[in-house]
Amino acid sequence: MQEKKQAKVQVQNLTKKFGDLLVLDNLNFEVQEGEFLCIVGPTGCGKTTFLNTLTKLYVPTAGEILVNGIPVDPKKQNISYIFQEYSAYPWLTVKENVMWGLKIKKVPLKEAEESAMEMLDIVGLTKFQDYYPGQISVSMLQRVVIARAFATRPELLLMDEPYGQLDIDLRFRLEDELLKLWERTKTTVLFITHNIEEAVYLGQNIMVLTNKPTSIKTVIQNPLPLPRDVMAQDFVELREHVTELIKWW
Amino acid sequence: MATFWNKNGRKFAYGACGLLLFGLIWFLATNGTELGKILPDPVTVLRKFFVSFAEPIGTKTMVFHILTSLRRMLLPYLVACAAGILLGVVMGWYKPLEAIVKPYIELIRPIPPIAWIPLSIAWFGFAEMSKYFLIFLACFPTITINTYSGVRSVDETIVRAAKMLGARDSQLFTTIVMPSTVPYIFAGLQVAIGSSWATIVAAEMIRSSEGVGWLIISGQETSNMPQVLVGIVAIALTGLVLVSFMRLLETKLCAWNERGQ
Repeated sequence: MQEKKQAKVQVQNLTKKFGDLLVLDNLNFEVQEGEFLCIVGPTGCGKTTFLNTLTKLYVPTAGEILVNGIPVDPKKQNISYIFQEYSAYPWLTVKENVMWGLKIKKVPLKEAEESAMEMLDIVGLTKFQDYYPGQISVSMLQRVVIARAFATRPELLLMDEPYGQLDIDLRFRLEDELLKLWERTKTTVLFITHNIEEAVYLGQNIMVLTNKPTSIKTVIQNPLPLPRDVMAQDFVELREHVTELIKWW
Repeated sequence: MATFWNKNGRKFAYGACGLLLFGLIWFLATNGTELGKILPDPVTVLRKFFVSFAEPIGTKTMVFHILTSLRRMLLPYLVACAAGILLGVVMGWYKPLEAIVKPYIELIRPIPPIAWIPLSIAWFGFAEMSKYFLIFLACFPTITINTYSGVRSVDETIVRAAKMLGARDSQLFTTIVMPSTVPYIFAGLQVAIGSSWATIVAAEMIRSSEGVGWLIISGQETSNMPQVLVGIVAIALTGLVLVSFMRLLETKLCAWNERGQ
């Protein structure tokens, strides 16, 4: 019937100005269902503005963002957003945190609980389900947030440098965990980072942004199969290629 | 856990030593020097305090005095809690109201309750109402401002996360803003219960014939120093119980918070 499947996310002529300052300059792209897209760009290139506009936390100056063909609205569509800052609710236990998104969406309690326990199992926090965020470590906090996001089975998951504050060892572990969750749930993920290695390690596609005013420089397909090896020759080559693209705008 | 008890046991022991030492100095100072003429010694005061539970001071025993004062304090305190929390929340949530109301609260806050006594008598007479009014003024601004700052300092990241998970404004308010404000409210309630209780003396300066504040005032009028000190001891001990109770309540209700742990 349909010759071409409708894209999950369609961004059309997206422009954002703060007063006279042009931050996003006429962005056009599509994200397919189940895609893992990494977005990289030079520091201060407006990556976060980009996500915030995408989610209607900011109102775009011009252009449109469609999810499943309808204008994006977090109240109507199931979107999750993971920030660099830890956003676990300190007054809820780990398990209650993971269940929160489901409760808000009025999922029956039992179902929500099962869903939460499954996610906690994947991120390895089952033992800590009754702890409060104040009692667990920083990396666990971010895993709580990630489990909370996946538990709602989002149609679209936006991640804004979620591992930016973690040391390298933990980052690798959480990246693997994230890939595991993605493969299991087939969620569409937009992952913003300034860490090129991370982008090449995670992304099916890598979108490179230019310096301000931000536009899309190019989108690179990542041919490397999962799981990837950061020391492999082809990995290093791809990483260097992306690095060059960011350096020479 | 062993270290926990050791630590608390030691803290308790130090506290008890300090108290004993204080009592000893008081005892020696009042028995060995001229100070004894204007200050009764601790044994007399404590004996009188305990005896007052059986033998009335004025027409009533100590339990009645304490309960009368507690009633005078708790009634306006509870009204101030309800009104202060409500106003604080609304002020934190709606900016225009904040702009209108906050200056008044900040103006009233530094005025000592005792300054309102003449007005209070003029408006409400010598009955209970004027006492309630003073105590209300002693705690209402604190509760309001604390609640308000709690609402204003809700973590922006947490709010954004909740919005992204699809929370409507009403859900945002009940499940995010209110719980994260609770520790601030508690801090306010605790300070406020202390200052309301401290204001009981001022409140009972407005004609009264019972209460712990009255013990002090009537003791002064009859140059009965032991009675004054008995009043002070009663206020101190009851205050301690009140604050400990509030702390216990906080530990139960805010187990997640560091203060509560």
